[in-house]
Amino acid sequence: MRVSLFITCYNDTLFPETGKAVVRVLERLGHTVEFPAGQTCCGQMHWNTGYQAEALPLVARFVEQFKGAEAVVVPSSSCVAMIRDHYPKMAASLKDEKLIAEVEALVPRVFEFSEFLTKRLELEDVGAYYPHRVTYHASCHGLRNLGLGDGPQRLLKAVRGIDLVEIEGLEQCCGFGGTFAVKNAEVSSAMLAEKTTAVLNTGAEACTACDNSCLMHIQGGLHRQRTGVKTVHLAEILAGEEGAR
Amino acid sequence: MSGAVLDPTTSPAFPMAAKAAMGDTQLRKNVRHATEVIQAKRARVVDEMPDWQQLREAGKQIRQHTMENLDFYLEEFERNCTRSGGVVHWARDAAEARQIVTALVKASGSDEVIKIKSMTTEEIHLNDALEAAGIRAYETDLAELIIQLGRDQPSHIVVPALHKNRQQIREIFQREMNLPELGEKPEDLADAARRFLREKFLRVKTGVSGANFLIAETGGVCIVESEGNGRMCLTLPETLITIAGIDKVLPRYQDLEVVLQLLPRSATGERMNPYNSIWTGVRAGDGPQTFHVVLMDNARTEILADEEGRQTLNCIRCGACQNACPVYRQTGGHAYGSVYAGPIGAILTPQLQEMHHAQSLPYASSLCGACYEVCPVKINIPEVLIHLRNKVVKQNGLNAESLAMKTMGMIFRSEARFRAAQRLGRMAEAPLVRKDGQGEGWIGWLPGILGGWTQVRDLQAMPKETFREWWESRGKNGN
Ligand code: SF4
Repeated sequence: MRVSLFITCYNDTLFPETGKAVVRVLERLGHTVEFPAGQTCCGQMHWNTGYQAEALPLVARFVEQFKGAEAVVVPSSSCVAMIRDHYPKMAASLKDEKLIAEVEALVPRVFEFSEFLTKRLELEDVGAYYPHRVTYHASCHGLRNLGLGDGPQRLLKAVRGIDLVEIEGLEQCCGFGGTFAVKNAEVSSAMLAEKTTAVLNTGAEACTACDNSCLMHIQGGLHRQRTGVKTVHLAEILAGEEGAR
Repeated sequence: MSGAVLDPTTSPAFPMAAKAAMGDTQLRKNVRHATEVIQAKRARVVDEMPDWQQLREAGKQIRQHTMENLDFYLEEFERNCTRSGGVVHWARDAAEARQIVTALVKASGSDEVIKIKSMTTEEIHLNDALEAAGIRAYETDLAELIIQLGRDQPSHIVVPALHKNRQQIREIFQREMNLPELGEKPEDLADAARRFLREKFLRVKTGVSGANFLIAETGGVCIVESEGNGRMCLTLPETLITIAGIDKVLPRYQDLEVVLQLLPRSATGERMNPYNSIWTGVRAGDGPQTFHVVLMDNARTEILADEEGRQTLNCIRCGACQNACPVYRQTGGHAYGSVYAGPIGAILTPQLQEMHHAQSLPYASSLCGACYEVCPVKINIPEVLIHLRNKVVKQNGLNAESLAMKTMGMIFRSEARFRAAQRLGRMAEAPLVRKDGQGEGWIGWLPGILGGWTQVRDLQAMPKETFREWWESRGKNGN
């Protein structure tokens, strides 16, 4: 399949390893990968903080980049939730008939990375090897907006060498919430403290998720406490190969 | 916060109030324990319903249909209520509602009232108004009684004293009921409250109640509760005054079938409420002989006019969103500065208060969606939060935040500008980056409002190369 990547502004700038891992997994599975260079941001931060006027033009930009794609794969559940939940009504509010039709045609072809593997390709074992003790955090947008269910865990269970340990309070928000972490720093910190404690209680070497935004937040807390526990995006675990590490 | 009236027009912004609340470890422990217990019960009784999702959908449809035809159903309610001997009054706002109720109590010839739990009377600070008019109000709902005797404020719409534990309640009872020997078993406390209240039930001739639902088809009013004290207030007085927001109406008697399944399971994890009272008008020689209903607008028609905010009025006040909300669970209810706390409060209060307090309440959420997931009538609270944030941004005009957001928006509209910003970011952060033990670059301090991040979190330095740079060099090297 010809797969177009939407790497997201956040992953592109701060977590390029995740994008590289997505490329590695998809190519290993025999797919052709494309990266439309004009892509920037889905507009989630603006939209969620109340800056609708700034977010609206990004819909047309996204459609322009991806309208010819067979499938669009995104290593971020919150960005997919933004596109799936909000783009149709954003296009409608712009009253642009052509855009409305294009969004309607494109949105069903946009997948979060783990969702693409488990639901579109119907895979669980992607031939990965990762000999570490890992715990999985279910990001809110993946869990509730996308309904990823246990898809990510099934992918992880199929990884060779992995020791997957379940975290207490799996469905609890880590407290990131974009600008929430800054505007309500105290509450966000308290939520984070619960999450890092839960991570540490598992005894895992690394915490993984389908969203680098949550992971950046969790990692920030773990690093501040000098715990030595790392965070790693799910794609990077699935990209692991025997002999490569 | 104890003692201070929860008034959204004067209470501090959420982040400040939250900080204060979070310093109270006992309160946080109580809130955490109580919400965990209720949530577990809720999950159990919801899971046993095979058609729960259909029920939710039915609930949503009923409420949506009602709101779309609210004028029609309100008039129908008025007609049917009047026909069966009730008297309907209309109140535009809180002040008018207070005036009407106070005058009705005075006309009843009593300077005391017994009350059954009603967030609507809390919303309009009725007790203070009654007191100013020389009328004493006795709360009879156990939780409300605890709040009243403790000179406290409700922190939850279903369990107003959720932030208090049994020991604290016992202390309040010992002091206020003059019972120094009172034990701390639940039976002891219930017994003390029963004796304290019984005397009032039998003596006071005027009752003031809220309403869970108004039934247009019959002109009836419905209250659900778990102690039976409500039933006493509805049957023993000679005069009964019910006050309800105009959003409380349901079209048909049969609609209760849906909402009376959704409400108790969502609210307290009960299959059914122990007491479901429905009363319609008056009947000679039985129950109150004078019955008034005050239908209060208080900004509800304005919410109704807002297409995106309208679904807020579908709320049946079950409080499930509060229990599920990780923010509420950290702060408790008082931080929200209003009797409506948690996610529903974060969307309802600003809309009831002409967007006063909208600067902070709609932002008191990580948009995790737990509230939407549990809401029995499927109110998309995150969507309304975002809608209100947008209203605030539009109201505010230019400031440091909006400038930064506008700049970022401009950057994202052009690939060239985005690339330039990525390069600039690396340069700008350089002076802040420190190497950690592993030789990796981290930022432990950020300036200005971003400092909120580095209070408890580090930030990893930006990588040397962006994904797109890697992708391009990979293409060139042909690997
Ligand atoms: S918004 Fe929904 S969950 Fe929250 S109190 Fe209202 S009905 Fe219950």
